[in-house]
Amino acid sequence: MHKFFIRSFVSSLVLLFTFTVAAIAKDVKAAFVYIGPTGDHGWTYQHDVGRKAVEAAGFKTTYVEGVPESADAERVLRQLANSGHDVIFTTSFGYMNPTNKVAKEFPNVKFEHATGYKREHPNVSTYAARFYEGRTILGTIAGTMTKSNVIGYVASFPIPEVIRGINSFTLAAQKVNPNIKTKIVWAFTWYDPGKEAEAAKALIDQGADVIAQHTDSTAIVQIAEKAGVYAFGQASDMDKFAPKAVLTSVENNWGPYYVDRVKAVANGTWSQKDTWHGIGDGMVVISDLDSQMPADLRSKVKKLQADLASGKVHSFTGPIYDQKGNLMVAEGKTADDGMLAGMMTYVKGVEGDIPK
Amino acid sequence: MIIDINFIGLIIASIMASAVPLILASCGELITERSGVLNLGVEGMMIIGAISGFALMTVTGSLIIAVFGAMLAGVLISTIFAFLTQTLITNHVATGLALTIFGIGISAMIGKNFVGIPGKEFPVLFEGLKDTIPLLGPILFGHSIVFYFAFALPFITSYFLKKTKIGLIVRAVGDSPESASNQGINVRLVRYACILYGGSMSGLAGAYLSMIYTPQWIENMTGGRGWIALALVVFSTWNPIKILIGAMIFGGLTIIQFHMQAIGVRIPVQFLTALPYIVTIVVLVVISRDSRKIRLSTPSSLGKSFHKDN
Repeated sequence: MHKFFIRSFVSSLVLLFTFTVAAIAKDVKAAFVYIGPTGDHGWTYQHDVGRKAVEAAGFKTTYVEGVPESADAERVLRQLANSGHDVIFTTSFGYMNPTNKVAKEFPNVKFEHATGYKREHPNVSTYAARFYEGRTILGTIAGTMTKSNVIGYVASFPIPEVIRGINSFTLAAQKVNPNIKTKIVWAFTWYDPGKEAEAAKALIDQGADVIAQHTDSTAIVQIAEKAGVYAFGQASDMDKFAPKAVLTSVENNWGPYYVDRVKAVANGTWSQKDTWHGIGDGMVVISDLDSQMPADLRSKVKKLQADLASGKVHSFTGPIYDQKGNLMVAEGKTADDGMLAGMMTYVKGVEGDIPK
Repeated sequence: MIIDINFIGLIIASIMASAVPLILASCGELITERSGVLNLGVEGMMIIGAISGFALMTVTGSLIIAVFGAMLAGVLISTIFAFLTQTLITNHVATGLALTIFGIGISAMIGKNFVGIPGKEFPVLFEGLKDTIPLLGPILFGHSIVFYFAFALPFITSYFLKKTKIGLIVRAVGDSPESASNQGINVRLVRYACILYGGSMSGLAGAYLSMIYTPQWIENMTGGRGWIALALVVFSTWNPIKILIGAMIFGGLTIIQFHMQAIGVRIPVQFLTALPYIVTIVVLVVISRDSRKIRLSTPSSLGKSFHKDN
């Protein structure tokens, strides 16, 4: 009996001490919610690279992968908020409503939602990247490098993000080469290597000699390598998968933003924000330019990159017409963010209809 | 668009290439089902084959070790299924589903270290003959050894089931395990062998995806092909030649719908993407509508556990 009391007393002391220490030196803990597996080498993989940057900056992180955009998401968010996380990053569009709902229940936890637009509570911020700026560069390269004047484009789902990419790519390609045609194939998947490969093959068989993609796997650049045509990497640098085919890649670089925001939480300076960063802020990164590109094209691309970064050049500068010839953006004007965020029409020069 | 004859050859060749994993996995599962065992773990065995093949290729650098290793991995994981369903007499459906979930999970775990590594070039045969014959050149030549094996497999399977003694034993076990057992056939042993064979073919199908078709490892890269292979077995009414037809239609429509999109055919894309599934089922149902034949070729004891009292 005597021993028992001493033991309980000591263990209570230890416990109390632990709690006190935890309460005083409160480490900021960040949690990440992923739609896919971290092994997709695409969207989720890049977010996880960002998470590792946060870890490297000295913060504790956890992540939950493969979370469906349903009631499951709410459950996961609630659990993360309950288990002492100070900031939670939700990295897919479909987490928008769950994020706002759970944010209301946990006013002391900060929520950061990627690619969404709803900030219903003061503890919810949103962030996204201007990938279309990267596609302006790809379009410029594609328009210059094509010999057949047919450019293939493997698209995923008809949402503004993807349409915006197709438009900015086509506008840039037309600018350097008015004769090009962009052939679009919808794969209706974000990643399915087999299907993406088949889509790319179909485009190559139909004469496309440059392939762009808005799906995540490396299958397309590998097919391009085999067929001897050019391609661009998506989300991460895919050069090592197809050294001859890949001219450059557009990389998603979330790390700096994540570190910044977690630090803000730690310093107590975090406030609600809507962030839409592009090349200028380093959220969109252009990989090394392949040496197969002529030197003058490379320097042109470098300049375009600098101009996009400084804001001197905008991907959507008027006059821009839609497919029917209606004016979308007047001469000398640029498309505002509202228009970009809701873009659901093709610009003139894109072939086919947007699947409804 | 100019339709030249080589263009058609190229399309047919890519259709055949996309049908390979379906044919391999379906023909393997067909033997398993013919012995009366329903193994819903095809997707799981395929993904295990995919990661095993890719991992072995990366680690050992030997394609032969990788291909056979992937088949062996399929055998090993199907041994679990065989032990559970044959020795411990568990329910086939539940065990098969568990096998798929297990396979997807464990492949992701092993695969963590293999993401983002480019695969190796897999050697192709008769590359030089590709341009010698118009149309047939690209169809017949310049493919991997697995490709040729896959297209021979339905015929081998058909011959095996119809003309060989062991084939007859497999069918007997699947149709009436009691009678087979009374004839002195070791039902459990036959079923074990058929399950392991099915596992090896699924493993090979997975390896084809991760080593030849799209040489890379990505989680979940089989993308439901295991389930399509399972469906092909049923809709082909357990006929290997019809599996070949079904797999070609499925692969064909998947690829042709991309071509139709690229040409700019004004059909809703969602309909085009659903087309492979719809047409494959319709065609297979139509070509095997003879109910007498269906009854003859359906393994009567499919999915039923056999427990010999002794």
